[in-house]
Amino acid sequence: MPENIAPQKLDVTIRINGKTYARKIEPRTLLVEFLREACDLTGTHVGCDTTYCGACTVLMNNLAVKSCTVFAVQADGADIITVEGLEKNGKLHPIQKAFGDSYGLQCGYCTPGLMLATHQLLAENPEPDEKQIRKAIAGNTCRCTGYVNVFKAIELAGRNMKGASVGD
Amino acid sequence: MVEERNNGGKGWVGASLPRKEEDRLLRGRGKFAEDIKLREMLYLRFVRSPYAHARILSIDASAAEALPGVACVITGKEIAAETQPFIEIGPDHAQKIRDFPMAVDKAIYQGEPVAAVVAESPGIAEDAAEMVNVEYEALEPVVEAEEALTDRSVLHEAAGTNRVWNGVWEYGDVEQAFKDAAYVVNIDRLHFHRFSSTPLENNVIIGEWNPKDDRIYYGCNNSFPSFAIQFLAAHLKVHIDKIRVQTFDIGGSFGIKITSYPQMAVCALASKKAGGRPVKWVETRSEHMVASAHGNERTFRNTRVALDKNGVITAIDSKHIDDCGAYPRYEPLGCVIWSQVFCGVYRFKNARIDFWQAVTNKCPVGPNRGYSRMQHLWFLERVIDICAHEIGIAADEIRLRNYIRPEEFPYTTPNGCVYDSGNYPKMLEVAKGLIGWDEWRKKQIDAQHEGRMIGIGIGTTLDSGTNNFGQSQIINPYAPFSGNSQGANCKLDIYGEVVVAVGSCPQGQGHETTAAQVVADVLNIHPDLITVRTGFDTERNVHTGMSGTYASQFAVSGLSAVHGAAQKLKTEMKRLAAFLLETNEDELAFGVGEQGPEIKANATGKSINYWGLANIVNVNSAVLPESLYDVTLNCRYVWRAPFKVPDTKAKYGSLTLTYASQLHIAVVEVDRETFVPKIIDYVAVDDCGTVINPPIVEGQVYGATAHGIGAALMETCVYDEVGNMLTSTFSDYTPITSMNIPKIKYGHTSTPSPHSYSGAKGMGEGGAAPIHTISSALQDALFAHGIVINDSFNNADSIFRALKAHDGGQRAELVKLERKQASSAK
Ligand code: FES
Ligand code: FES
Repeated sequence: MPENIAPQKLDVTIRINGKTYARKIEPRTLLVEFLREACDLTGTHVGCDTTYCGACTVLMNNLAVKSCTVFAVQADGADIITVEGLEKNGKLHPIQKAFGDSYGLQCGYCTPGLMLATHQLLAENPEPDEKQIRKAIAGNTCRCTGYVNVFKAIELAGRNMKGASVGD
Repeated sequence: MVEERNNGGKGWVGASLPRKEEDRLLRGRGKFAEDIKLREMLYLRFVRSPYAHARILSIDASAAEALPGVACVITGKEIAAETQPFIEIGPDHAQKIRDFPMAVDKAIYQGEPVAAVVAESPGIAEDAAEMVNVEYEALEPVVEAEEALTDRSVLHEAAGTNRVWNGVWEYGDVEQAFKDAAYVVNIDRLHFHRFSSTPLENNVIIGEWNPKDDRIYYGCNNSFPSFAIQFLAAHLKVHIDKIRVQTFDIGGSFGIKITSYPQMAVCALASKKAGGRPVKWVETRSEHMVASAHGNERTFRNTRVALDKNGVITAIDSKHIDDCGAYPRYEPLGCVIWSQVFCGVYRFKNARIDFWQAVTNKCPVGPNRGYSRMQHLWFLERVIDICAHEIGIAADEIRLRNYIRPEEFPYTTPNGCVYDSGNYPKMLEVAKGLIGWDEWRKKQIDAQHEGRMIGIGIGTTLDSGTNNFGQSQIINPYAPFSGNSQGANCKLDIYGEVVVAVGSCPQGQGHETTAAQVVADVLNIHPDLITVRTGFDTERNVHTGMSGTYASQFAVSGLSAVHGAAQKLKTEMKRLAAFLLETNEDELAFGVGEQGPEIKANATGKSINYWGLANIVNVNSAVLPESLYDVTLNCRYVWRAPFKVPDTKAKYGSLTLTYASQLHIAVVEVDRETFVPKIIDYVAVDDCGTVINPPIVEGQVYGATAHGIGAALMETCVYDEVGNMLTSTFSDYTPITSMNIPKIKYGHTSTPSPHSYSGAKGMGEGGAAPIHTISSALQDALFAHGIVINDSFNNADSIFRALKAHDGGQRAELVKLERKQASSAK
């Protein structure tokens, strides 16, 4: 009986932060597990088991997704950006810089997810008002900051990036 | 640039310095316990009781053990056979409670672990856990503390009762005060609900009990490791030095992670059973909700309040019943910790509090942000507001009449605590100014004419920090704890680098930054030149038995230890430099020269840099005269709080060193159709004495405010009548989100503490000000409808019920006002 529950493994290839990762995985592997365990990209976090907290948010084909709610096999062939892929040549992305300058983090556990949710928001709407900011991160829980400085960070990131594309 | 940040030349303490922690966290390079992988690591999954109270008839793990990839299964019975039960802090019968990290004969809360499966991967462990067959016989659960006290169904048979502790705090002449009162207000029942601050990172433990050296290693996110090792060493029957605990970046704790030591025990024992391979347990959110720790729930019965004709409280008499869940564990310390703020911010001298604590078939409680004091402070704020409404005095006015006055500090409370400093009327004035108090009062009246329900509420609260562990002796005179201490080490490493280690384990409070600010001022160098170690490690050998991060104290205990260690290092550096530069110790200048940080002789201009100093002590010591052999440039300092053991019989003494205060005002509207309460304006004013780093303090205030607002309106741990937890996921529990946090207007006042070297007070817990404030505002909105707010948790549902269920409101059943004509006529 034990043998027949051993799952068959599948080949999955995902581009993450511009690098290709090919792995053999159990079909039930979540994208977040793929990132953390199979690729050692531990900047993406897990905070819940009901798609509530957004600690696991990454960009999949330029859309912010909760990587705990995507199977790795569903991301086969996709382009993923995680927090590790935000900086360019060691230089912080304007979103990262704005979070730092605004004291937009305390423990920093939620921050990777929040920054990627911000990334999508600013790509769609470079000058979001407060309401739009609140809505964009409604699926990202932060237990430390009370969101106040996170709002400031997102606003600042928007201002600093005016004119530039989010991808820069 | 440097000068600008240097707090106008005054020094680094007080400067808005960016946090040293930021860079790694922003880049996704923070190192959290879950990120750690060790060679040959196994994964643990708990099998948990679905019942709140059930006898375990049998456990059949054979199918799980046969699954390929399973290393072993371990049960509560096995653990009980090779360990001692955990230390119990309570006295007498509470000493007889047998607390093991997994259920042995019966499970007494839903989610209690009964077995653990260890396997090669998390997936296999999860599959195998589902194959463990446990046969239960359901027993009668008790989920209410008052009911538990009847001992109808007893959880801990060896103890023979569900009562953990009870004791009476009585001061002044309570009966006389009631005789002389102009008004007596009776409040039947108030209830502070159970919630948890739920850090975003769950508990994580890697435990390794290696047979090669018979040592136990923990990599984890426990937030009070020096307490954990004391419990673990006795439980596992090992020398305390055999246990190493290391923490890293921690994704929040808010006190909840103090109580992960039972799971730490299981990981070590499972590792031992698996031949010494490291065992990792990563808690899921649902496990965290059901079985990590919740905050204390408390019921306040038969409260009587005596007031004079001006609405000044002269006495309070009340019975308080605390619910600590299934095991007391860190409790019954909560039975005394509330008394650090015995009279809150008020001046009454006569009081009698009859305090009880009971176990119930619910998740054990832990020290959740605001621990034990917030429940009591909420009670006092409810008392003030209810009395104000009954007598007809405005909420601000009754507070002003009852506040401890600014000129009375340091103020000794009826139970001997010394409030170091404060100015509550000033905070009220600042808060009223920020919210536009008079404007809102006008708008409120207009709104009432339109039939809208708008309330304005005030919450004044205390955040007592740096506790005297001697208060544990009020609970149990044999408890071997008193005072408080923290250790730090400050050294010049072999190449002259300044390196600081502290016994704290921060979770986002910026300790690396503030510690560097303190050392920078002592040595007169830039904080960037100082390395502060991340996390906690017993093998750094800096900790004391009270080291950790809890109870609002780092600014006092932690930074005092850092300051002491830096001073000690500086003294050694001076002696060494005076010898090398052939001058007097008092003719030296600390600073930075061309060759980095250095010490210069004022007279000759000759200097020696830190590398030179460290070189001589570490690798060039033949140059040293014997008189300097005691110089190590590696200085450990233990700071001790100047406490005495309290008088345990009279329950009298200083229980905490500093008292930060917060005053919040909220304007809340209850929707007429949906009954949803909505915050429409909000002010938070804080006073934590001298501020070390303003944005860090502001961030703590916002964070604590969000926790309080969440707890007041959204977050509650709901159990049904048989002890099923109904809020076992984030989606059910609904932690506060960006959509629910109002705009917060922030204000700051400062009364430096005479009790700390820098004038700083511990802060961070926040005293749950929003819970008091929102209760106050809701009552203001609903009092005209006959509603008195008697629960700390209120949402559309509870407000709807209160408005509809009681014709004319529940006030008539809950509150009775006695007006004593004779004395009020005086
Ligand atoms: S971990 Fe993905 S939403 Fe919480
Ligand atoms: S900074 Fe800790 S959860 Fe957001």
